[in-house]
Amino acid sequence: MLWNLPFIAVVVITMIGLVTILLKKNLIKVMLGINILQSAANLFLISLGYREGGIAPIFTLAPSTHMVLPTPQALCLTSIVIGLATSALMLSFAVIIHKKYGTVDLDKIRRLQG
Amino acid sequence: MIPDFIWTNAPALLVAIPLLGAFLCPIIGKISPRARNVWVGGIMLVTAIVALILAYRVFTDGTVLYTFGAAVPGLSIPLDSGGIPIRIIFTVDAMSAFMDIICAIVGFSAILYSLASESRNSGLEMYYTLFLLMVAGVFGMVSTGDFFNFFVFLEILSMASAGIIAYRVDGGVAVEAAIKYFVLSSVGAIFVLFAIGIYYGQYDALNMAMIAYRMQGSSLDMIALVMLVAALAMKCGAVPMHFWTPDAYSMAPSSATAFLVVASQASLYGLFRVLFTFYNLTLNAVTVGWIIIILGILSMVVGVTMAIPQKDVKRLMAYHAVSQTGYMLLGIGVGLAVLGNQPLMESFGYMAMNGGVFHILNHALYKGLLFLTAGAIFYRIGTRNLNKMGGLGHNMKWTMVFFIIGALAIAGIPPLNGFASKLMIYESVFIFNPILAIIAMVVSILTLASFVKVFHSIFMGPKLPEYAEVKEAPLPMLLGMGILASLAVIFGLFPDIVVTTLVSPAVHALTDQAAYIASVLGGA
Amino acid sequence: MSKLVRFAADILYPVVLIFGLYIVAHGHITPGGGFQGGAVIATGVALVIVAYSYKEVIGWIGKGGLMAREVIGLMGFIGVALFAFLFGMPFFYNYLAGQGGLFGVPVAFGPNPGELNTGGTVPLMNFAVGIEVWGGLSLVILYLLSGLIEKKDQEEEGS
Repeated sequence: MLWNLPFIAVVVITMIGLVTILLKKNLIKVMLGINILQSAANLFLISLGYREGGIAPIFTLAPSTHMVLPTPQALCLTSIVIGLATSALMLSFAVIIHKKYGTVDLDKIRRLQG
Repeated sequence: MIPDFIWTNAPALLVAIPLLGAFLCPIIGKISPRARNVWVGGIMLVTAIVALILAYRVFTDGTVLYTFGAAVPGLSIPLDSGGIPIRIIFTVDAMSAFMDIICAIVGFSAILYSLASESRNSGLEMYYTLFLLMVAGVFGMVSTGDFFNFFVFLEILSMASAGIIAYRVDGGVAVEAAIKYFVLSSVGAIFVLFAIGIYYGQYDALNMAMIAYRMQGSSLDMIALVMLVAALAMKCGAVPMHFWTPDAYSMAPSSATAFLVVASQASLYGLFRVLFTFYNLTLNAVTVGWIIIILGILSMVVGVTMAIPQKDVKRLMAYHAVSQTGYMLLGIGVGLAVLGNQPLMESFGYMAMNGGVFHILNHALYKGLLFLTAGAIFYRIGTRNLNKMGGLGHNMKWTMVFFIIGALAIAGIPPLNGFASKLMIYESVFIFNPILAIIAMVVSILTLASFVKVFHSIFMGPKLPEYAEVKEAPLPMLLGMGILASLAVIFGLFPDIVVTTLVSPAVHALTDQAAYIASVLGGA
Repeated sequence: MSKLVRFAADILYPVVLIFGLYIVAHGHITPGGGFQGGAVIATGVALVIVAYSYKEVIGWIGKGGLMAREVIGLMGFIGVALFAFLFGMPFFYNYLAGQGGLFGVPVAFGPNPGELNTGGTVPLMNFAVGIEVWGGLSLVILYLLSGLIEKKDQEEEGS
């Protein structure tokens, strides 16, 4: 049961993220919801790579060679970098929207109809 | 004739050349606009040629492997790895090569067109950087054999697309469309990442062939399947997740819209790859096939009914794009529903899938052409509102001819390419279930009705006084449209040749899971 | 900001810069690498912007230089990968590893003291990514703050 704790946390964080994206009306909060979802995915990848007693896969002055496989960590790093680019792009969109519309309320950002 | 260097390294060059072009574009744009145009056009031409060489190699020699960073490109499994492919491998089979051809043709036409159509805008070096990044993203997505790599290219593609949709920031409306698109595609991409995590946790592999080889069809795999189907169906614009399509397609610059069609088809490719290469017979093929069929039918009907009342010409075409995506899903879904039942596959399954896959190519050609003509009209008269247009046929004769070709092709009128693929879909689907075929035909008739109306309101009628001085579109734009239009006519006149040389190998590569696995794992 | 903050930022900026470059340079033998190091350097830029005003900083740093850094970094990355073609090897082939010379010392198997002169093309790519992220993230910060500045200007004009 205890070993499943990270995965339960992943499910909970995913739900929090999805609820934030679906229910919040503020563009910035929706963006934060995406970031929360991203963190859940990262936590999922990292917990997949955990092995009991394994150390980080760094050979510089390593105390033992019982190491975890670095692939999930590499995936996680890549996804963090992508997440950073995503947030930067979303924030810049939010800046432009605020400049042009004077609001970040998603209910009022509705000039495209039909 | 072809240099050995390009012959061997074609899969890597496919991604490397557009990336190189994209990164140098801001510097070259500083020199002069002319140098930038030559650079961008040249890069896209070289990329397209490399893509066609690669496709030729695939269709003659079979699946091409390219292992990044290995001593030999074809060495997919390192000698000391214990039979597991650990590097990033580009696996270009016939289906990938088919998508490469589409991307090369439409990408080149769209770039050629954009050299004239976007010339009045500022910040063009960034526009072309984003465009070339999109090209690299599509080529990467359809060529890669590593599922995490697929996710990375998916994100590159959606970021570049979001940037290019928001390119006309002036009114802020384009940014609104971009936000809609980008929120959806980010959420979708995160679910793709979850699915990758599930596969990695179960099978210790990221390589697509390795995942397919070890696929168990457990309940976790079904969760991953649901996530992938939802995410990729959303990205290709199928109903009920289609609402980003009209906004994004109508707000993006027209040359980019033509390429966005290809971008959404790359997601469609991802969906087919997941269904056929990963799962294949471990699925309950009938159930999943029917789900895809229902998605397709819904997209067809909802797309066309939403399109009819539209006033904005690009918005109307975008809803038609949703509707046409439905045909592809229908064809592939019918093929999936009878997968594993060899007699039924032989009698109509392969034909339905041929129709669906051929429709991808045809749709990219005629829908790209239609968006480009809409862009040409917008370029000359500055409005997209159908009620304000009229009588343009007197001045824009070539644009009118191209529009007629595109409109007749999308409605499935012989002898154009849309007819060839739609006929295959009607015939095979009629054997499977007559009602579906009837729905498909009705949608086709509605499409024709809608385009007759559009044609009439844009081109027919007396010359309007405010458009008396309107001239024909500039030459590069006509060339870009001309390439797509002539291909649409040629593919419509000789569909058999295209189906036997390109489409049928692609469909067999898609359905034959064992061959895909064997090409990477070496007959293991 | 107050003079104290500016003085502290003056002292800290080179330290942050060197720390970031350290992370970039040791990317192939320690946790870290190009992205992380570049991000650390970009926080240095953010620190200076916080301490001084946006207009002053834009005069010192300049968007052109940052853009150039971005392009140089990206070109370096692709260039290092493309260079493998000259040796008749596939894209991204590590042609420097184990050859002697620059970053060419062979690595001992298992735990080792961490020789910096190893890794082949990996450190070069780390440097390229580090420079790219330095430019890219700083540009992102500057562009996002420019929205803030315009807003402030409007308010001042209005009052």
